[in-house]
Amino acid sequence: MAADKPYEDIPGTWIFDAERARAGYHLNRFLYTLMKESNRKAFLADERSYLEQFKLTAAQREAVRTRDWNRLLELGAVVYALAKLAFTDGRSYQYMASQMTGMTEKDYVDMMLKGGRSPEGWRSKSEREKH
Amino acid sequence: MARIIAGVGTSHTPAIGAAVDNGKTDQPYWQPLFKGYEPAKQWMAKAAPDVVIMVYNDHVNAFDFKVIPTFALGCAGEFPIADEGWGPRPVPVVKGYPELAAHLVQSLVLDEFDMTIVNEMQVDHGLTVPLTLLFGSPAQWPCRVIPLAVNVVQYPAPTGHRCYRLGQAIRRAVESWQEELKVVVFGTGGMSHQIQGPRAGLTNPVFDKAFLDDLSGDPERLTRIPPIEYLREAGAEAIELVMWLLMRGALGPRVEEVYRFYHIPASSTAVGNIILESR
Repeated sequence: MAADKPYEDIPGTWIFDAERARAGYHLNRFLYTLMKESNRKAFLADERSYLEQFKLTAAQREAVRTRDWNRLLELGAVVYALAKLAFTDGRSYQYMASQMTGMTEKDYVDMMLKGGRSPEGWRSKSEREKH
Repeated sequence: MARIIAGVGTSHTPAIGAAVDNGKTDQPYWQPLFKGYEPAKQWMAKAAPDVVIMVYNDHVNAFDFKVIPTFALGCAGEFPIADEGWGPRPVPVVKGYPELAAHLVQSLVLDEFDMTIVNEMQVDHGLTVPLTLLFGSPAQWPCRVIPLAVNVVQYPAPTGHRCYRLGQAIRRAVESWQEELKVVVFGTGGMSHQIQGPRAGLTNPVFDKAFLDDLSGDPERLTRIPPIEYLREAGAEAIELVMWLLMRGALGPRVEEVYRFYHIPASSTAVGNIILESR
């Protein structure tokens, strides 16, 4: 029997649970190596051969190549490890978050300055559809 | 005897540390936040604890995915600062208290809280940003720090109720240590925030205010908040607030709220700070 996952009903969100952790194990291992300056340089110098050290799926490899942040979450990356890829690119956390929301970085920062995103309409997938 | 004199709840947003490290605290974006923490810093300078027990979470820096401990107690003599992807923060190395940490482990495990013992560990913004917010930027941290890392990264985090009870056990453990010591417990992370996916940027000031109110008045209500409610109402990363309940449990039944500050935003986060003195 599969584990109960009430959080799958939250729209626009990928909760990092045991199943995602398993799917993303090697992806997160790759991201974890970006904690070292020498690794960040090696990755940026030749992304494709750097990634060959890790047992990523083709889909994961492609999502890294295109910096498809939401797809990476879906394929098992944990957001804190993913941030290391954004930092390696010289980007901010806010930039990565804005990309995930489909907003420009400026619009995202403005939304936060105005108090952030209201939970209204975002509590469940059915609430989101009505909104 | 050692005594827990107070608890501090505070967010630990990495951008706050970066603002200090890059000299941006006077910029219009950051100035209100640092002004809001000023009274807490003054309180801390007066309180002058000998030891801080820092309840925080690692963000895939000390723990990769080989091992994910639910509750891990740092027993080392010192804890180096992690390079999280943009170089280590330029803050002092964190000095631990191995003897007291060993006592806590023994007391907690015999009290049926099965702690993971960590003898070597780098610490990240989850631990260093609260130190910066409350102690400023000294050449050395003015007290010893025992890190208590809680897994809130891989679902499920321990429940708020479990964290609260662990806090109560920490109070018993500290009070059975003979040395005269003033201890302050930090609960860090939160408040409402989501930093992933199309729903990123979610905040919920109503939820946060109720949480701050009930920390002193009705913590038992907070211990009954199920994990899904944090995620749904306050954002995927708001589950970090269970660490504030661990802090609250360590303060004993009666507390007095002596300071509160709330501010949106720091990056994607609703920032909260509360100081509760044990009575």
